[in-house]
Amino acid sequence: MFEYCADPKSLEGLVWLSCYLTSGTHMQFYASFGTVLLLLAITAPIALLFGFGGALAARSQVPPLRWFGKIYTAMVRGVPDIVFFMFVPIALDQLFEYLRSRVYCDTSVPVRQGSDFVVCAAAKLPRATSPEWMHDAYGFFLAVLAFSIVFGAFAANVLYGAMNAVPAAQLETAEAYGMTRRQMNRRILIPQMWAYAVPGLSNLWMILIKATPLLFLLGVEDIVYWARQLGASKTSSFAYPHPDWRLYYFLAILIFYLLMTAISERVLRRLMRHLTKGQATLAGEAMRKAAA
Amino acid sequence: MSCGQTILDYGLRAIGIGEKLLPRTEFDLCTQVTLIGSGLIWNLYFGFFALLFGFFLANALAMAKASARPWIRKPAEGFIFLFRGSPLFIQFFLAYQLFVLLPRAGIEIFGITVATGWLTKAWAGALIVLILNTTAYSAEIFYGALQTVPKGDLEAADAYGMTGWKRFRRIVWPTMMRLAWPAYTNEAIFLFHATTLVFFSSFPAFAQQGDALYYANYFADKTFNPFVAYPIVAVYFILLTLVLISLFGLVNRRLNRHLPGAAKRIRYRPQLIR
Repeated sequence: MFEYCADPKSLEGLVWLSCYLTSGTHMQFYASFGTVLLLLAITAPIALLFGFGGALAARSQVPPLRWFGKIYTAMVRGVPDIVFFMFVPIALDQLFEYLRSRVYCDTSVPVRQGSDFVVCAAAKLPRATSPEWMHDAYGFFLAVLAFSIVFGAFAANVLYGAMNAVPAAQLETAEAYGMTRRQMNRRILIPQMWAYAVPGLSNLWMILIKATPLLFLLGVEDIVYWARQLGASKTSSFAYPHPDWRLYYFLAILIFYLLMTAISERVLRRLMRHLTKGQATLAGEAMRKAAA
Repeated sequence: MSCGQTILDYGLRAIGIGEKLLPRTEFDLCTQVTLIGSGLIWNLYFGFFALLFGFFLANALAMAKASARPWIRKPAEGFIFLFRGSPLFIQFFLAYQLFVLLPRAGIEIFGITVATGWLTKAWAGALIVLILNTTAYSAEIFYGALQTVPKGDLEAADAYGMTGWKRFRRIVWPTMMRLAWPAYTNEAIFLFHATTLVFFSSFPAFAQQGDALYYANYFADKTFNPFVAYPIVAVYFILLTLVLISLFGLVNRRLNRHLPGAAKRIRYRPQLIR
């Protein structure tokens, strides 16, 4: 990056370090922190949306929809989330390729041949001729979907509980006023449930942050990937030879996550205070008394 | 090959008993169920011992966090923040790198050479990380419970002239356990689920002796079919979760045996309080 970095072998001490830490691969390492933040930024709203749909489905009057909702919310209860992270991307990938193969390929050729999953070149996702970034983007897209589905199920649990926590009298009153179910949901249930949902959702946010290094398992070039790459010992054939430094790289990642959770904790506490203000709950009452 | 023979060959494969090589061509349902089931031994091993050691350490740590003396309280708070604030996955990586850097020959402490090689093995290294991790989470749960022990209980203990250890042992601690138990049940379940991470985080599976998810991943890679192996793991873990809930429910019943109607079934709300 700097001019004096042209010949790293001749450098020493801090100058060497400044060149080392600004090398091209390190820039990719720093960018991968952006990947993590991007994943969080995309996944959180989608998961919330999935969760919202799941919770509403679980409360639905239509049996098949209700079953779907119940199964979706129960899905994450007994099974480790890691199993889903391993399963969902590959399952979705095969599903997409299977569906495409039924359109673009000779449908008389079976997709599963012994221990192989075979589709013709036209159905491959992404296409073999696609540029490198398309492959990366597709992998990231699958990861986002996997995270959204799993955390959507968690969120559905939280929101389902929050919807049940809305006092029944409120809903009965709405019914007495002759509101339809739709109106009841939109005007009474949903506005009131958030106060009950926030503690669970903020907890979920913390879990989501701490689940992001699992991106590595999904084959995305995230911070764990780069920490392993950059930290591994480099022989003198590399521009910047050094012994095994993975420990320091993982320490850096650890600090990054500690900062993320510390900041989140602070922001969420503020949000909670804002929401409990004036609420007819224990915490709200305590705030009122403290102010008086 | 009959299913019985498969079970004999692979039933204890995860701990090194039976067939040396993993199946290369035969991936029938029986083989998959058997091998993944044998991998579950590792999950049980990690989960059980982490819970066992973690329980006692967490009690001590919760007391330390509740201490009035800053030089005890601050380190406890720091420890809890460190392990609750960072991903378990990163903790595994970090611990492994740390253990690898220890000198091969062992460390000399007071003239005695302490071997360090075993720390890089999953059975010890990963177990230590899991113990520390569950200690931090459980300590937070116990600390929360300790803070909500009713004032009246303590006043009653004072009125009876109980102090110190006796008051703690007979009044504070049982109430604390009672209050913490539902949340602790969730922590236990989560811990068992977290054991699936071990063999995906640097810790090598020696001679391909891995846990349930390790074998499921092996089958999914070999057969290009995730729709068999992963559901098998899922079923195993659902069963494990149900067993855990009933075991912890028994303890809960015992803890609350003097309270009529209070020993209701624990409502299982997984992971969400972690």
